[in-house]
Amino acid sequence: MSTEIKTVTGTGIALMLDDIDTDRIIPARYLRCVTFDGLGEHAFEDDRQQDPNHPFNNPKYAGASVLVAGRNFGCGSSREHAPQSLMRWGINAVVAESFAEIFFGNCSSLGIAAVVASREDLNKLAAAIEADPTLQLTVNLEDLTVTAGDVTVSVTMPDSARDALVTGEWDYLGQLLSAQDQVTKHAAGVPYLNGFTA
Amino acid sequence: MSDRRNLFNKVWDLHAVRTLPNQQTQLFIGLHLIHEVTSPQAFEILRERGLKVAYPDQTVATVDHIVPTADQSRPFQDGLAEQMMSAIEQNCDEFGVRLLDLKDGRQGIVHVVGPEQGLTQPGMTIVCGDSHTSTHGAFGSIAIGIGTSNVAQVLATQTMFLNRPKVRRITVNGELAPGVYAKDVILHIIQQLGVQGGVGYAYEYAGSTFDAMTMEERMTVCNMSIEGGARCGYINPDEKTVEYLRGKPFSPKGGEFEKAADWWLSLASGDEAEFDDEVTFNASDIEPTVTWGITPAQSVGVSQPLPKLADSPAGERVLLGEALDFMGLAEGEPIRGTKIDVAFIGSCTNGRISDLREAARVAEGHKVADGVKAIVVPGSQLVRQQAMEEGLDKIFEAAGFEWRGAGCSMCLAMNPDKLQGREVCASSSNRNFKGRQGSPTGRTLLMSPAMVAAAAIEGQVVDIREFAGAAV
Repeated sequence: MSTEIKTVTGTGIALMLDDIDTDRIIPARYLRCVTFDGLGEHAFEDDRQQDPNHPFNNPKYAGASVLVAGRNFGCGSSREHAPQSLMRWGINAVVAESFAEIFFGNCSSLGIAAVVASREDLNKLAAAIEADPTLQLTVNLEDLTVTAGDVTVSVTMPDSARDALVTGEWDYLGQLLSAQDQVTKHAAGVPYLNGFTA
Repeated sequence: MSDRRNLFNKVWDLHAVRTLPNQQTQLFIGLHLIHEVTSPQAFEILRERGLKVAYPDQTVATVDHIVPTADQSRPFQDGLAEQMMSAIEQNCDEFGVRLLDLKDGRQGIVHVVGPEQGLTQPGMTIVCGDSHTSTHGAFGSIAIGIGTSNVAQVLATQTMFLNRPKVRRITVNGELAPGVYAKDVILHIIQQLGVQGGVGYAYEYAGSTFDAMTMEERMTVCNMSIEGGARCGYINPDEKTVEYLRGKPFSPKGGEFEKAADWWLSLASGDEAEFDDEVTFNASDIEPTVTWGITPAQSVGVSQPLPKLADSPAGERVLLGEALDFMGLAEGEPIRGTKIDVAFIGSCTNGRISDLREAARVAEGHKVADGVKAIVVPGSQLVRQQAMEEGLDKIFEAAGFEWRGAGCSMCLAMNPDKLQGREVCASSSNRNFKGRQGSPTGRTLLMSPAMVAAAAIEGQVVDIREFAGAAV
């Protein structure tokens, strides 16, 4: 029931800092909620308050959908609120030097294209975005490139996540449910579920 | 024939239901722990799709993040917290999930409650919508933190899709010096390997240093595996693991316990086990360790100076500069002597009974420094009760610490316990991220509970080995 995600196109926003953690992406006080509604407006709230020049404050980048970031993006908590807040702010793809694993997994579950590029290429993309905030970037998951005007860089993504997005099978729940009989049979062989008799 | 598989791969293979064409494994989950923050949206997904909880007996809920630690009367003063509390109560009731709530007597931080109740056992796959699920690896389980979409998947199917990580064995040998604790060991490892050093790996902690640790100390180490970028960490089960679980409420009973124990011990990585990577440290190189920056890897031994930008790799200087600037600290200066405003003892890292005993031993007979706010927050209602039976609450109160109810408290400040403005907090918790403790500009110094207690008394970071009266 998911849609195929082969490319993401839109304007870009660059945040070239390393070790951006999920507490910074969405401060914990905004986790006091029972839905993800409204998280978009609080993305990077505290960083934005402390830094008037924060890109997420800059109207030039309003409406951007491709985030260009640094190393170890999304480290820290497993809170899906973090990618949810970025997605609700408008981000549909993140190009970074590396990702924290749970954050990456959460992006995959939400259909956010999270791809990895070299520092040098990230700097090129950031420069292109800065030079022209209206420039359209295209993240292409089929040929694993990101194009920004004259600049085209290669990116990587684990095959498992890429396949899921391009085939539209990134909503895993349906696939997991389809194997429930197999799961029930498998569980019978798990020692702590059968009195350690196996 | 000997099994060359390490514990991680044995447990993974046992739980692998099938492999997808994209090479991900559908993994059966033995224990799903849930709490109020990351579950409401997941239950909503079940409701929207008309699904049930597939294995309610393998699912246990408690409340921790939003629980106030001072006034716990209902309704909570924070309307949003009350709404979350009501949501988990209603969800657990509607979907038939056991809830250890405030009235239950066993409520607490999900990673303290699981082991305490014997829910956490060797050989299990354990997930929870919280990154510090890695704690449960102390028992020789595969224990990983997941997001809310995954929580919905596990509720509905008791499975999820995962890529099998590689396994790195981290060996630490030797005896820890007096005043050096499990917290210092894991801070040292993260400092050496970096906050993303573990990406793609599960960490197996091995060697005589971990062998000598209590189960509670092992939980402290495994808890912070995620801060080193590893999805999980674990320690092989041994006789200590078995004895810890004997007689716990959810442990196997009678003859079944002995069968379970045999199986648990059989899972341990043998001498022939193979690993994707190996790293070794010496316990004697580890001293009391304190973070000075904005990631758990930015730490120093308490007798060491802060790094200098000029001596650091070029690629690290922006981050170092950002951290020093935010913390208001100067490069090359000692961390010892840094003034603190708040001291926090608690969290899933260091909120267990042994942590409170260590801190109380330091605090006994002393007074918290003027102007320092010091709070002690037990990790669970049972830890709190045990501490009171031992008179630890009286020791803390006599020294000027506040004695609170169980919860996550000031670790991430989703409850009323928060730093104000640019306060500096000596904290036994796990993250020193910007804004982590509730003030966007608040500053956190991570250290062991004994070091936090000593800092509270002196009003500044001190070396526990030199602290007057500390029984170290």
